Amino acid sequence: MSDNKKMTIIATKGTFDWAFPPFIIASTGVAMNREVTIFFTFYGLNLLLKDTSKLRVSPLGNPGMPMKMPFGPEWLQKIDFGPKIPNIFWSLPFTEHLATFLMKKTMKKNGVATLDELRSICQEFDVKFIACEMTVDLFGYSKDNFIDGVEFAGAATYFEECDGSNHNLYM
Amino acid sequence: MADETLDASGLNCPLPILKTKKALSKMDAGKILDVISTDAGSVKDIEAFCNQTGNKLISTVEENGKYIFIIEKA
Repeated sequence: MSDNKKMTIIATKGTFDWAFPPFIIASTGVAMNREVTIFFTFYGLNLLLKDTSKLRVSPLGNPGMPMKMPFGPEWLQKIDFGPKIPNIFWSLPFTEHLATFLMKKTMKKNGVATLDELRSICQEFDVKFIACEMTVDLFGYSKDNFIDGVEFAGAATYFEECDGSNHNLYM
Repeated sequence: MADETLDASGLNCPLPILKTKKALSKMDAGKILDVISTDAGSVKDIEAFCNQTGNKLISTVEENGKYIFIIEKA
């Protein structure tokens, strides 16, 4: 074991918005001289898929989500549509596509890294990616659905990674 | 005088830190890196980064909404 501080993250969520925190904290952790492991389980497995373009953010039942236009006149961009649009609207088809499109536009405008960019920085920084074998089988994935460099293991392996770890986060 | 300059203008958290880390990893100890950022959060973040990684933050200057950090690689 090296002298470096260690961090582990359990990533459990598979929506577009929640894909960011594990990769942001993991890559920054390495920048701050931590050795980082992410254990992806349940919906968190989505974050390891080769194709992340199908990840969506849904405003349905998500009242904390601000809904501001990333383009148009300034007065329009200031309006938060989140509390103004009835929740039932977000159950209509393609509203998730719309919300995801707008969130990606807003992120680009704000100079936020893309998901694939953050994930490749994590790989470049040697963040260890462990996919939960049980949920891979449970959800009917095959190992070639996932990017290269992923290890497949279970909860016991996660605990081994926690040994001597300074931060263990659940996301 | 800087040995390397990293322009992280327009980039948001955590990209300025990640790019600073990458730039420093390619440099020799004692060399100077100038980082230019427009992210106000990077003022605290670069300081924390230097504290944790042992690199030396020589100065922070703000000029017309741009922050210039001068870092000496440890």
